[in-house]
Amino acid sequence: MSRPGFVLEVDDRTPPLVVHEGQGFRLEEFPLGTRVIYPPESVPSVPDVEEAIREALVNPVDSEPLPSLLKPGMRLTIAFDDLSLPLPTMRAPDIRQRIIEQVLTMAADAGVDDVELIAANALHRRMTAAELKHIVGERVFRSFHPQGLLYNFDAEDRDNLAHLGTTDRGEDVEISKRAAESDLLVYVNVNLVAMDGGHKSVGIGLASYNSLRHHHNPQTMVRSHSFMDHTKSHLHHSAWRMGRLIKDHVKVFQIETTLDNRVFPSPYDFLMKREWEWSVRDQASMLAVRRGLSVAPKRLRHKMFHDIRAPYGLTGINAGEVEAVHERTIEAVHRQQLVEVQGQSDVLVMGVPYLGPYNVNSTMNPILATCMGLGYYFNSYRGQPVVRRGGAVILYHPLNEGFDQLRHPSYVDFYEEVLAESTDPAVVGAKYEQQFANDPWYIHLYRTSHAYHGVHPFYMWYWAAHAMDHVDDVIWVGADRKVASRLGFRAASTLGDALEMAADTVGASPSITYLHNPPHLIADVKV
Amino acid sequence: MMLALEMFRSRPRHVAGKLAGDRLPGMLSGFAAPLRLMTIAEPKVARPGWARLRTRLSGICGSDLGALSGSTSLYFSAVVSLPFVPGHEVVADLLDDCGDLPAGTRVVVDPVLTCAARGVDPCDGCSTGATNRCDRITVGHLAPGLQTGFCADTGGGWGQVLVAHRSQLHAVPEGYSDEQAVLTEPMACAVHTALAARVGPNDRVLVSGAGSVGLLVTLALRALTTVGEITVVAKHSHQRDLAREFGATEVVTPREALRRVRRSTGALQLSPELAPPYLLGGVDVAIDAVGSRSSLETALHATRAGGRVVLSGMPARADLSAAWFRELEIVGSYASAQREPAADDRSAFAVATDLVAGDPVAQLAKSVVGYPLHRWREALDHAHSAGRLGTVKVAFDPRSTR
Repeated sequence: MSRPGFVLEVDDRTPPLVVHEGQGFRLEEFPLGTRVIYPPESVPSVPDVEEAIREALVNPVDSEPLPSLLKPGMRLTIAFDDLSLPLPTMRAPDIRQRIIEQVLTMAADAGVDDVELIAANALHRRMTAAELKHIVGERVFRSFHPQGLLYNFDAEDRDNLAHLGTTDRGEDVEISKRAAESDLLVYVNVNLVAMDGGHKSVGIGLASYNSLRHHHNPQTMVRSHSFMDHTKSHLHHSAWRMGRLIKDHVKVFQIETTLDNRVFPSPYDFLMKREWEWSVRDQASMLAVRRGLSVAPKRLRHKMFHDIRAPYGLTGINAGEVEAVHERTIEAVHRQQLVEVQGQSDVLVMGVPYLGPYNVNSTMNPILATCMGLGYYFNSYRGQPVVRRGGAVILYHPLNEGFDQLRHPSYVDFYEEVLAESTDPAVVGAKYEQQFANDPWYIHLYRTSHAYHGVHPFYMWYWAAHAMDHVDDVIWVGADRKVASRLGFRAASTLGDALEMAADTVGASPSITYLHNPPHLIADVKV
Repeated sequence: MMLALEMFRSRPRHVAGKLAGDRLPGMLSGFAAPLRLMTIAEPKVARPGWARLRTRLSGICGSDLGALSGSTSLYFSAVVSLPFVPGHEVVADLLDDCGDLPAGTRVVVDPVLTCAARGVDPCDGCSTGATNRCDRITVGHLAPGLQTGFCADTGGGWGQVLVAHRSQLHAVPEGYSDEQAVLTEPMACAVHTALAARVGPNDRVLVSGAGSVGLLVTLALRALTTVGEITVVAKHSHQRDLAREFGATEVVTPREALRRVRRSTGALQLSPELAPPYLLGGVDVAIDAVGSRSSLETALHATRAGGRVVLSGMPARADLSAAWFRELEIVGSYASAQREPAADDRSAFAVATDLVAGDPVAQLAKSVVGYPLHRWREALDHAHSAGRLGTVKVAFDPRSTR
């Protein structure tokens, strides 16, 4: 029986606690009385993954079994989540590989010849062949990739987009033409956190900028409370409206999977444990890793972290009708990640780790770090934010990794040019979003290289819009001061300094909550 | 007799300056400078139309520093006569009556030593008012010298007294400070550059460099043309502020320049092997207002195919592949002309005199730093580091003894 998450109150006996900060971590002594939210331990995983997949496909939710949907001569498209999920990258075989192999076996048995596999990367970067191979596996890759039947979605390939109409709110729904014109669209999802999946899969993963602009904008995102609760997220409401329109045009067979909390393999597994329960071996590992990181050159440090492959276990798989499947998925995610928290605090402390969805095999630039801290982690709540309105957020990250010119070319211009003018998501969006979205060079790099779309840094900034609107102070511990200032924030050397700086906003004795993740958690805040 | 700084022939110093002048500018004001403070005879030109002037202020220009550091191309060695007293940005008092200008008149000097000054029949350039294109700069009554300040016979502004021909003189209107007046010559060059750029309506222009040349060119572009956006490349923070005041739409650092032009013009950027990146697309006109290799290449690489690159600074060696491949029009802009067709045939000095009266230059003039001649090493050091030290113009004040 795994233990649920819980809220620790720091007292005299509490040891220093792990706080992630980019390609490293520190052991921080928190003030007495600080609340620390620990994620639940991993719930039991599915013992026989192959059987669980088969069972989900032949006994789907609110849908005919997959084998009966497969007919000779039909057009079958299998779309799947890209490398932004899960984080860290899953140890091979990836769960998507195992599902796709079974779907393809059923398709072959049914005599389906016209099959294409599309990575649903929307405006994310094109994955390399090796990255695609890791997700779908060697066999599928060799069978489909050389023929051009396994590929990244291209949201700028106008000839291969289909405009399916507009929602009752006037939102354009424009997705992959191949997917839209298929007799059956099978979507293979990895639901790492509660905001993934549902109508977000096809409606966003296979959509163009023309569609995405309706919900990826400051107005929608600032009103999404939170992204981790699709019933309260305006972004998800829009995606749901679009998804229902898509359903009218193409039969979608959604396959959603949920994972446990095993994000770190040995020797990093001490990072998932409660510090006072560290064994001698855990303590030795911690010391060895810290020592190694302190002497390792930057490139080696990057490699040490980015080579981590998570030993995730499958906790559930559901297939069938999108919304019915997603309800079950959300239940499973909540079982794994939900932690009940009583009341809000004045200060929320979060450590931003080395990895987010958009820097796999790349660098966590300052904009991505902001998105990770103020976007993803801040929004890891249900009900109310962990920090009160007008409170302060303290983040840990050095903000010194710079920019990856190959993968994030438009981020550099966003940082140098746009943020120099304003850090207000609404202001920068109104003035610059179109310019970046339609820039032919960014479009060229997105289509032919491995670059995120030109508009992507705006979306990252919008992710943080709700947090920026909600709190009055954001302070980065251990960050490059110049960079923090460009982002519109402040930097402090230590937690003590940060609290001192935040005193103007939250007073001299604020209540503090530290979100102890990763592994992932959702704070279920009861007010 | 008078006190003057004299540039003299010294091969060892010239070689030393050429080898290390760029990296160790301190050498120029030290043992490697082919410059000396001398008491020499006042210059004399016993011809009609010539008069003596007593220098009030004389600016230190990039071309002066280039000559001292040996970085100037030897191409120019044939159009100077050593030893000479440098200084071609001059505001001075007339010591003699000169045609319609009585002694005591405060004047600025158009330094180009044209056919009129040399007492020869007008060449093609001079006869059409394009005096900066004079073909007779090595003949006539004077020793060779493209300008006052590079000619052994005329003296220059870095001495207490120089001589000038009536055709070179422009009276300074009442109300102008000496510091404002000393900026008239560089302003005239900027006027000529802005007009030579032939900027079309709403054209995008890149000005590479925000020293005095870049700033004044920006001002002239804004005042005299229908330019659209002007992007100025500025290295130092005070230059960035000034560039905006002088009319820049946006100001970028050298590191950002290409990326920002690419962004604002929607160009594509290419990254060749072992060479700096360049754009396919870019600005309509680029002006190199520095004269360094990197500045010129920035201009070449940021200009759209068929666009124009104007060389305002004395050019360094650079990779001209872009000029060939993108069919760029390379336009030189040297000094200023007595008749500027694009300014209703007014002289660039006349136009410049108007612009110098404006608030931006009046404010800039307050930052002009004057040095006495005997502190010439300090002055050259300061001029070399002007950008870093927050100065736009350093000048000699031969009247001063402090």
